Amino acid sequence: MTNANLTPNGGDFTTSEILAVMASRLLREGQVVFAGVGVPLLAATLAQGLRCPGLTILFEGGVLGPIINPGQLPPSTNEQRCTKRANMVMSSTEVLLLLQRGHVDVGFMGGAQIDKYGNLNSSYIGDPANPKTRLPGTGGGNDISSLTNMIVAMKHERRRFVDKVDFVTSPGFLDGGTTRRDRGLPAGGMFRVVTDLGIFGFDEVTKHMKIVALHQGVTLEQVQDNTGFKLMYDDKIATTVAPNERELAALRALDPDRLYIA
Amino acid sequence: MEGIPYLELRDKLAQRDRSLREKVMSLEQAAALVQDGDQVGIGGSTLSRTPMAMIWQMIRSGKKHLDVSRSIVSSEGDLLFASGICDRIQTSWFSQGIVWGVSKVMRHYVENKLTRYEEWSHLAMGMRFRAGAMGVPFLPMRPMLGSDVLKQRPEAKAIKCPFTGEDLLLVPALNPDVAIIHVQRCDAYGNAQMDGLTFMDIDLAMAANRVILTTERIVSNDQIRRTPDQTKIPFIAVDAVVEVPYGCAPHECTNVYEPLFSHMDFYTAKVNADPVAGMQDYLERYVRAPKSWTDYLGLLGLDELLDASRRGRSMLND
Repeated sequence: MTNANLTPNGGDFTTSEILAVMASRLLREGQVVFAGVGVPLLAATLAQGLRCPGLTILFEGGVLGPIINPGQLPPSTNEQRCTKRANMVMSSTEVLLLLQRGHVDVGFMGGAQIDKYGNLNSSYIGDPANPKTRLPGTGGGNDISSLTNMIVAMKHERRRFVDKVDFVTSPGFLDGGTTRRDRGLPAGGMFRVVTDLGIFGFDEVTKHMKIVALHQGVTLEQVQDNTGFKLMYDDKIATTVAPNERELAALRALDPDRLYIA
Repeated sequence: MEGIPYLELRDKLAQRDRSLREKVMSLEQAAALVQDGDQVGIGGSTLSRTPMAMIWQMIRSGKKHLDVSRSIVSSEGDLLFASGICDRIQTSWFSQGIVWGVSKVMRHYVENKLTRYEEWSHLAMGMRFRAGAMGVPFLPMRPMLGSDVLKQRPEAKAIKCPFTGEDLLLVPALNPDVAIIHVQRCDAYGNAQMDGLTFMDIDLAMAANRVILTTERIVSNDQIRRTPDQTKIPFIAVDAVVEVPYGCAPHECTNVYEPLFSHMDFYTAKVNADPVAGMQDYLERYVRAPKSWTDYLGLLGLDELLDASRRGRSMLND
C-alpha cells in the first residue's frame, strides 16, 4: 500500500519503506546501535549495507555485530537468524547490561503511541486498570529507552501522537524539563522520532517534541493535523531528501517477502 | 516480609540427590515433578528454544494454578492461559510474535481478568533470575525508574544508593520451584550443551529448585567431557532428562530447525479470529487428542518439519 496522499511528491514507497530509509540515514559509521525488530532492524541493516560498514548492531536476544542475510529476516530479535555471522552471542541479560554500562550509542525501536515528551506506550490502550486493549508490553523497550539516546520509527497518526500517553512503558522525557533526570534516569533520552511525515527532535530546555524536517510534499498543516498536541518548530523548516532508488532497491532486497515493509 | 529466607532456599537444594546419576524419563514422568501451584520458569525466549513438549505435556497432565515466568512469551502463553493450567505469567512481552500482531488470546484472558499478565522490563526479568541464581534476595538496576511499568510493580523498591546517593531500583529474586528448559543435547546425567543464544536459561537453571531438561538428543558423558567448555548447565542442577526430538515445534531450536512458519501463520489466524472457540479447538486437536508427541509432530506435517529443519541446519552452512 502506498500513501500517495501523505507523500504526494515522494514517489512509490510504503510507510514502512520511508521510515526505514529516513531512519537509516540517522545512523553513523562506527556507532553501536541496539535495534528492535521490524523497521529498526531493517533500517540498521540498510545503513550497514549502504553507508556504514562499521556499524555494530546489537539485538536483545544476546547478539553483537551480526550480518543479516537479505531475504532471511528474523521474526523477532531472539531467533537464530539474528546470530548469523555475529561477532559474539551472549545471554539476553548480558546484552541488556551492555546498555546499562554504557557500551551502546543509540537505541532504536518502533512505537505504538508517543506523547509530546517522547514517552512511549506499548502496554495499554485506555485505563491501565481496565484497558480497552492490553498490548504486548515493554520487552526491552523500557531498558533501551532508559539507558540510550533513542531513535523511534513510527507511523504518524493523530491517535498515535498524543498529548499524554495512557501508560509510560518506555520513558522519554517524562513530564519534560529535568523530570527524566530527577526521577532516576540521568543518561540517554529521546533523540529523534522518524515518521512517514517528517523527522522530529526535542527542545533542549522543555524537552517538548519539535519538527526537525518534513518529508517532501508534507505541509506544516498536514503534520499538525495528524498530531494530537501542538508541535514546536523553527521559522524555517527543512525538507528531507526523498528515498532514492539505491536505498529502496537495497531495502526491498533485504525484505523481499515484505515481512516488515508491507 | 516477602521473599524466601536464605536457609529455606538452600534447604530445597540440599534435599536434591546431586550424585552423578542417570535421570532419563518420559514426558509424563517429568510432568509428575511439577506440582499444582508451582512457580514454573520457562527457558528460551519468544520463538526460540521454547520447551513446547513439556508445556504440551503439562496441559495433558492437567496441571493447575501454575505461576509462570519467562523472559519473553510467545504462543506458549496462549496455550498456558487457554488450557486453564496457569493463573499468572510474569514476563516482559507477551504476544505470538511481532509479525502476527497482538495476541487476541492474551487479550481475552487479561482484559477479562481471567488470568494475570504481570509486566517487568526485559532486564528486570534477567536480574530477577540472576539474583535467584546468586542466592541473594534482590539485585539493583536502573531501568523501570520513572515509568508506569514500575508503578504497577510495588514488589520492586526504589532506593538511594548508599555509596553514590543515586536512584536505583531493587528487583526481587525469582527462584522458581521448577525450571523447564529445552537444549540441543545433554547426557543422561543432565550436563546440558546449548548452541546459539542462551537467553536467561543458565541463571534460570541455577535459580530453580528443580530443573527438567528436554533435549533434541541424549549424548554420552564422554562426548560432554570432550567439550566441557560448551556445557552450560551442570548435572548437579538437573532433576530430569527427557529426549524429545523437535521438542520446540512449532518454535525453533537453533541449528536444528527454525520456526514452522506455515503452522504459526495457521495457528495465529485461527486463534486470533476466535480467541475462545478457535483456541479451544486448537488445544483439542493439537494438544489433547494426539496419542503422543510423535503423533503431534505428524499433525504439524512432514513437509513443514523438513522445511524448518532445512532452514535450521542452514545456520551451519557457510
